[in-house]
Amino acid sequence: MDEALLRSLTPGVIALLVRRGADFAAAEDAVQDALVEAVRVWPAGPSPGSPPRSGPGEPLRDPKGWLVTVAWRRFLDQARSDSARRRREELVDEEPAPGPASGVDDTLQLYFLCAHPSLTPSSAVALTLRAVGGLTTRQIARAYLVPEATMAQRISRAKRTVSGVRFDRPGDVATVLRVLYLVFNEGYSGDVDLAAEAIRLTRQLAAAIDHPEVAGLLALMLLHHARRATRTARDGSLVPLAEQDRGRWDTESITEGVAILQAALARDRLGEFQAQAAIAALHADAATAAETDWVQIVEWYDELVRLTDSPVVRLNRAVAVGEADGPRAGLAALAALHDSLPRHTAVAAYLHERDGDPATAARLYAEAARKAPNLAERDYLTRQAARLNAGRGR
Amino acid sequence: MAKYLLLKHYRGAPAAVNDVPMDRWTPEEISAHIQYMNDFAARLEKTGEFVDGQALAPEGSWVRYDGEGRPPVTDGPFAETKDLIAGWMVIDVDTHERAVELAGELSAAPGAGGKPIHEWLEVRPFLTAPPTITE
Repeated sequence: MDEALLRSLTPGVIALLVRRGADFAAAEDAVQDALVEAVRVWPAGPSPGSPPRSGPGEPLRDPKGWLVTVAWRRFLDQARSDSARRRREELVDEEPAPGPASGVDDTLQLYFLCAHPSLTPSSAVALTLRAVGGLTTRQIARAYLVPEATMAQRISRAKRTVSGVRFDRPGDVATVLRVLYLVFNEGYSGDVDLAAEAIRLTRQLAAAIDHPEVAGLLALMLLHHARRATRTARDGSLVPLAEQDRGRWDTESITEGVAILQAALARDRLGEFQAQAAIAALHADAATAAETDWVQIVEWYDELVRLTDSPVVRLNRAVAVGEADGPRAGLAALAALHDSLPRHTAVAAYLHERDGDPATAARLYAEAARKAPNLAERDYLTRQAARLNAGRGR
Repeated sequence: MAKYLLLKHYRGAPAAVNDVPMDRWTPEEISAHIQYMNDFAARLEKTGEFVDGQALAPEGSWVRYDGEGRPPVTDGPFAETKDLIAGWMVIDVDTHERAVELAGELSAAPGAGGKPIHEWLEVRPFLTAPPTITE
């Protein structure tokens, strides 16, 4: 049984039920039940000797038809047991013809609904992973390290929040992209690979809508995913970009990312994800860290500042300026930024070390370690401070 | 989506506004206090923000390794330890502001006279996994 195939069918089946008259929340529940049922009853693969199955047709020949049939029955059962009897009778009367679905548009509508602006980021993420991604509540709960009951409540609240949203109105692609970016950026904790899942969902979105920023985000993800194996050492410690073994970067992923990015940039509708992907592509393009084209990277950061006006972007720009024009220029760019910015102290430490001031750098690295938002970074920064202090023979 | 620890202290926190030790409350006041905590946790389960809640006994001991083949050394409890943790709640929320808002509500649990304790809670962010995109 191909779980990936099953999951890719999820949004289309939900959308079909909605078009038949089910409300989104009930349709989503019914499809989730059908998915669980599919995992239970579908064989690992077609076996010649297996007895013919009774029930809604042969699942292996027409998995989508099977899911639609089972989910629709679930939905009707539920509607029957609910108090909405009148509504149920109307629905049973017009047993719908399965008919081919215009899967693409429906899938797109689901993306919009699950990333609706009325949802908080964490609810939008959870709902997207379940209704578009076809993950179970348990899998999502494990990925985000919260109890299953908590995640179940988060999802059902999210469904209530969007219950009044019209399903046939186009939404805002930007909100969908932010949700997918969050999923990708979550890191690799838990037993669901959220980065790979985010790539799959962004790829599916790119197939449903022609938009340069969707392509930009997909390229960005592929280019970062290509470095995945080299980002951490065996012991789990962080390996900075300059020290990564570039021979182990995934060239296939890079090639695909660059091609997607170039096609998007050619359309001359620049957005923040395309600009971020362009920076990642310049890193990917450098055979060694020393060959990195920092001047061009600074130019892309200038574009990003123009597009987002984000202080975090300005901080990253200061690092790039430090590489392109020397640490003094980097420190000057940094001086214009508030030191309460996350990673400001770490960047200052790095630039002071490059400027030949290990004492200040060591002090700042130690301070940055105390402020680090995650363990891997804290350990990395602590090691930097320790390395400099040892070098000064304290 | 960030986890925070709301930490409650037996001692070591700044003095609460309604600072009457629990053993001077009426049984009804104690029940009301416990009910408030339970309701708070139940509400967070409903909002999808609850992760964990635990209470700790006030007395524990200190333990340390004492070398190969030797049993660990234990010591204490030390009555004079300044900071003493009473329990915690772990929440998973969208923003730091939300964590502060919830800690504020938890601190309003009723105490003596049925009035809010206004006790100080410590709000500590969890260290997370590093993000994928950093530059």
